[in-house]
Amino acid sequence: MSDIPTAADARTIIDARNVTKHYGDVKALDGISAEIREGEFFSLLGPSGCGKTTLLRMIAGFDELTSGTIAINGEPMAGVPANLRPTNMVFQSYAIFPHLTVAENVAYGLRRKKLPKEELQREVEAALEMVDLGGYGPRASHAMSGGQRQRVALARALIMRPKVLLLDEPLSALDKKLREQMQVELRRLQRAVGITFILVTHDQEEALIMSDRIAVMFDGRISQLATPQELYRLPANRRVASFIGVMNFLDGTVIGEDGDAVHLDIAALGKVSVPKSQCKSRIDGTAPAHVGIRPEMLTILFDETEQAEREVTGTISDVVYYGDMTYYDVQLPGAEKPITISMRNTAGRAVLEIGATARVGWGSESIVVLD
Amino acid sequence: MTMVASSTSVASTAKPQKPRLNKDGASGLTLISPPLLYALLMLAAPLLMVITFSFWTQNYLDIDRTLTLKNYAEAWTDPLYRLLMLRSLAISGVVTVVTVLLAFPIAYYLSFRVTKHKALWIFLITIPFWTSYLLRVFLWKVILGYNGVFNSGLKMLGLITEPLTFILYNANAVVIALAHAWAPFAILPIFISLEKIDRSLLEAAEDLGDGPVRRFFRVTLPLAMPGVIAATLIVFIPTVGDFVTPKLVGGNDGLMIANMIQVQFGKANNAPLGAALAISAMLIVALISFVFIWLNRRFTTGDGK
Ligand SMILES: Nc1ncnc2c1ncn2[C@@H]1O[C@H](COP(=O)(O)OP(=O)(O)OP(=O)(O)O)[C@@H](O)[C@H]1O
Ligand SMILES: [Mg+2]
Repeated sequence: MSDIPTAADARTIIDARNVTKHYGDVKALDGISAEIREGEFFSLLGPSGCGKTTLLRMIAGFDELTSGTIAINGEPMAGVPANLRPTNMVFQSYAIFPHLTVAENVAYGLRRKKLPKEELQREVEAALEMVDLGGYGPRASHAMSGGQRQRVALARALIMRPKVLLLDEPLSALDKKLREQMQVELRRLQRAVGITFILVTHDQEEALIMSDRIAVMFDGRISQLATPQELYRLPANRRVASFIGVMNFLDGTVIGEDGDAVHLDIAALGKVSVPKSQCKSRIDGTAPAHVGIRPEMLTILFDETEQAEREVTGTISDVVYYGDMTYYDVQLPGAEKPITISMRNTAGRAVLEIGATARVGWGSESIVVLD
Repeated sequence: MTMVASSTSVASTAKPQKPRLNKDGASGLTLISPPLLYALLMLAAPLLMVITFSFWTQNYLDIDRTLTLKNYAEAWTDPLYRLLMLRSLAISGVVTVVTVLLAFPIAYYLSFRVTKHKALWIFLITIPFWTSYLLRVFLWKVILGYNGVFNSGLKMLGLITEPLTFILYNANAVVIALAHAWAPFAILPIFISLEKIDRSLLEAAEDLGDGPVRRFFRVTLPLAMPGVIAATLIVFIPTVGDFVTPKLVGGNDGLMIANMIQVQFGKANNAPLGAALAISAMLIVALISFVFIWLNRRFTTGDGK
């Protein structure tokens, strides 16, 4: 939360207020408000069809808003066409011009600036170097691989030195290895050039790895806008929680509160007091509550010497072995469904079998209370 | 049927040896053989005949079959033939330019502005073809004639007192009639090449700072070029050899090379000279077409220039 000291007091570069966009009856965007800060790596994360691309296109200026306002760098963008906005886009399909060479593609936006030929060439080569494509300039654009096209698109946008770079799922067409490599590279590049990046993705892991802040979208609205850590630790509601990582949900009841603690009775775990900072839902009086626990916030106690704040005993109903980790499904007495527990496979630790009895350790810190 | 049987039996008897055609190749050949035969008979055979004719000589009712280049010498040196040839190329050129220039905005509108019922629009474009070509050329006579629709309309509006005469029985009339007749053939290839343009390329151009006009000339037009070239060839090649339109609405100074070829084969009874004229026209058109195809190749690959 405090890992970006400069971003917190940075200027707002994009200020979206109450942005809505309707396509006929479809509410693609339904009241989006967000402030994106200068120099940050911002991600729009959400399932397919939630309106991520639409929001990006509104910022780029390819479509008119139905209502609301977008200001870039303090200037209202209503009526400003895409070619006059200080943004550039890396398209999902890369949109490399097939009739131009790599260098001509990269130089496309600079041609209008009427630079001297040598300077233009130098800029293009520098942009290509930046994305590790030095020397590829004379190549035909159709002779480039998917990953290379992605870099050409990136160089073509970055050479314009935009205030904001918009990236619409730029990595989704790449294979896993290349994607992971490009995630790191994009992040490095963003830090190096200091340009605000807005990345659209439906891959929660990608968003967590790369972003300073993430807006999680569902059905045309932002459900939560937070740093990766906050999003993971304190998701705003069950929907966000289940979209980001794995979350066990348990039924409980609020039985009271005092000062900064909430007292809960959780069917599968028993009674516990939880700090109010771990409660995302409004607590008033006695009410049913949804309790969330991440798999890694629970431990299986392998022998008598291991201790935990609280303990319950259950039966292992499923085991999935991942090499470095093992995921156990443990059926606790009183719980509707088994809960998932992840354990690191450290040296000498055995993998338990289905049907074995397991002591599960947990604590008040493991728990969040959600809407 | 017999071909199928024989080719399979050959394949089965020749098993120990290497078969000359693999199974796919053989069945492919069998499949295309009827149309292939048809094409050979209907296209190549007459062409070969015309070529052969062009090297012979007509002696009144007989044909002298000694090979000679005399016909070609006449075809290429006689000022009348040369005039007709150049005029044909000029009229076709103008028709092509006019047709493509008119077709492009229509194709553009269809592809970029029409969102619903595109198929219906294309269908509407083909409606003029429901009547015969001859009928349509005759209709142009009615429209452009001395007392035609066009002239009486202008007279009624008081814009002219005497009928305009430069619109019928000359090259202008040929251009108008041909451009109208070939417009759909130009619209369709251009439309298809515009449809094939990935819309995100246009957005990318806009995103990189181009206004609508620059974007058109830097992205849309170059990418539509294959369609434009195709339209150009589709209109140019057949109109050079058209003889119905010039004959009906062209008057004397609208006559084209095909009219002369017809005369040679008919009234003048000099088929060899007609053949030489036809082959010469074909060679010229082929040459021009190759230039266009070469241009097309340059536009469609990103590594040219
Ligand atoms: N031009 C359009 N006309 C009609 N509906 C549209 C149009 N563009 C988007 N929509 C609708 O708006 C909603 C949001 O679309 P959008 O493309 O923003 O989704 P997305 O979050 O980018 O999804 P994905 O991850 O699949 O790319 C969808 O329901 C989509 O069907
Ligand atoms: Mg999208």
